[in-house]
Amino acid sequence: MSIGTFSLPALPYAYDALEPSISAQIMELHHSKHHQAYVTNLNNALKTYSTAITANDIPSQIALQAAIKFNGGGHINHSLFWKNLSPSSSADANPASAPTLTAEIAKTWGSLDKFKEAMGKALLGLQGSGWGWLVKDGNTLRIVTTKDQDPVVGGEVPILGIDMWEHAYYLQYLNGKAAYVENIWKVINWSTAEQRFQGDRDDAFEILKASL
Amino acid sequence: MSSSLLRTTPLLRAGLRARAAKPLAAMATTSFTRGKATLPDLPYDYGALEPYISGQIMELHHSKHHQTYVNGFNAAVEALAEAEAKGDSKAAAAQAPLLNFHGGGHVNHSLFWENLAPNGKGGGGEPEGKLLTAINQDFGSFENLKKQTNTALAGIQGSGWAWLVKDKSSGNLCLVTRANQDPVTGNFEPLLGIDAWEHAYYLQYQNRKAEYFSAIWDVINWGTVSKRFGN
Repeated sequence: MSIGTFSLPALPYAYDALEPSISAQIMELHHSKHHQAYVTNLNNALKTYSTAITANDIPSQIALQAAIKFNGGGHINHSLFWKNLSPSSSADANPASAPTLTAEIAKTWGSLDKFKEAMGKALLGLQGSGWGWLVKDGNTLRIVTTKDQDPVVGGEVPILGIDMWEHAYYLQYLNGKAAYVENIWKVINWSTAEQRFQGDRDDAFEILKASL
Repeated sequence: MSSSLLRTTPLLRAGLRARAAKPLAAMATTSFTRGKATLPDLPYDYGALEPYISGQIMELHHSKHHQTYVNGFNAAVEALAEAEAKGDSKAAAAQAPLLNFHGGGHVNHSLFWENLAPNGKGGGGEPEGKLLTAINQDFGSFENLKKQTNTALAGIQGSGWAWLVKDKSSGNLCLVTRANQDPVTGNFEPLLGIDAWEHAYYLQYQNRKAEYFSAIWDVINWGTVSKRFGN
């Protein structure tokens, strides 16, 4: 059985392009070390898994599932995350780049600000490492949180992900995670969010196939 | 939950005693609402664990992170008492995850500070006496214990802790990991806790967490671990 090998996708901007919201040091470590580690460990787990399948070794296959979920989730989440961020100077960072999405957000939460408030509350309420996501579930929008690197793979379309692992903000914001949550809104890529909102799951996950 | 916290965690009792002018024996049977949990003092200076753990990490970890757990725990206890007074079971049950997270954070950090000490001043070196005998029996050697602990720490997916614990029914030592701030409870007596949250090491070690796991053995307070084992 042949399996694909995933590789680290290039960032669509420079490491320092999200400053001052997210420092270049954080971006470089986050992308070149953390994301790379998920990719490396995913490839290793998949290789071992493929051997276990060939050998009809069910216990080993089951034992590997946690590593596949964690590292595969880490790869999925970060790949989506980089794409839904943008330098604040870009037109993509303006919510006006997402006309149909922001209309639906206003319909659901009352206004964009009310949505940000609700999302912020969900993000700050996470206990431990995890992510907050705006997802499209059928025809409705929802905010969901996922623990550790659990990806959103239950049929929802991920539109916007925000990483709440401490490595995503600690070097710059220390324990002040509320300030990180506030500042990340300045570097959201609303064009990406609009595309994901108008597309389906396969569109959102296209980047994963591209990294094979 | 509150009474078992009081029974098993001397440092928490000390914190409570300082604020609540009540005899300890009475405290142990009353609820936490009678006296608020407080941040215990560190038994050493913020810079005392350098170069293994930086002074900046220790200061933030103790004065900000641990303080937040103490505040969150007190708020949850208060909300629980209010819900109880109103007979509102739904509101009371809603506090359970917050009690576990913030209460666990308070318990875990209180144990952690005490099982660390400056290198050469109670920290580092090797376990001795009965504890060492038990380690040799259950892990083969002290080196093996360290190796297995570091493997367990590295395997934590997300935030969490690794603990050397004593199984109360068998008396054996074993290693367990806990997610987020879940405290060690039930059949296990926590002897030695190592914090694997990123805030415990990131400012100094960044993504190189294996270096932190390797360095922390130089500041483990085996005297504290021995005392916990003996009890």
